[in-house]
Amino acid sequence: MAQKHIVDARGSFCPGPLMELIAQLKSAAVGDEFEVLSTDKGSVNDIPEWVNKVGHAYVGTTEADGVWHVTIRKMK
Amino acid sequence: MASSKISIVIVSGERERLQMAAMVASVGAVSGSEVTVFLSMNALEHFVKGAKAQAKAEGAFGTLLETKKAPPFKDLFRQAAELGDAKVYPCSMACDVLGVEHKDLEPYLQEPLGLTRFLADAEGAQVYTF
Repeated sequence: MAQKHIVDARGSFCPGPLMELIAQLKSAAVGDEFEVLSTDKGSVNDIPEWVNKVGHAYVGTTEADGVWHVTIRKMK
Repeated sequence: MASSKISIVIVSGERERLQMAAMVASVGAVSGSEVTVFLSMNALEHFVKGAKAQAKAEGAFGTLLETKKAPPFKDLFRQAAELGDAKVYPCSMACDVLGVEHKDLEPYLQEPLGLTRFLADAEGAQVYTF
């Protein structure tokens, strides 16, 4: 059963949110989803870029009250 | 899986340069590049165990970095090695001059490397100097 993980990287600057995501991805199961909470705009663009490059799936991004929620799925 | 080679030479001990080098190393390493980092001159002292965590700021941005929640450069180098399999080498000449050995350095550093070997390994790589 795929799980959803929250990576709370609010307040951290590039490349902090990406690195926090990757650290948690390592130990998760294929199919698991990750929602990264970020206040860093650069990371919001960088995370989908990284996900596409290395072969995971980018699900989508939403924004609420100055916090971006970037969702991805582990594919391998 | 490595699609390209990135070689990073760091001689500066200043915060902005160490931070930028750490960003290139960590993001490059987790994005599938084969990353090699060579630490020499003023950079090496920051990787001696027990060294003070903060490097001196070169300018206003470096001062600002300290007040913001940017990931510390040493954390990024460690993550580059642990998550992206980057190889971080202390320069053997710099070790000799500083009087430090491999055991005195941060645990994610490789054995000291000479310039001849580093240059041979860097062949065909994109080289970044900080």
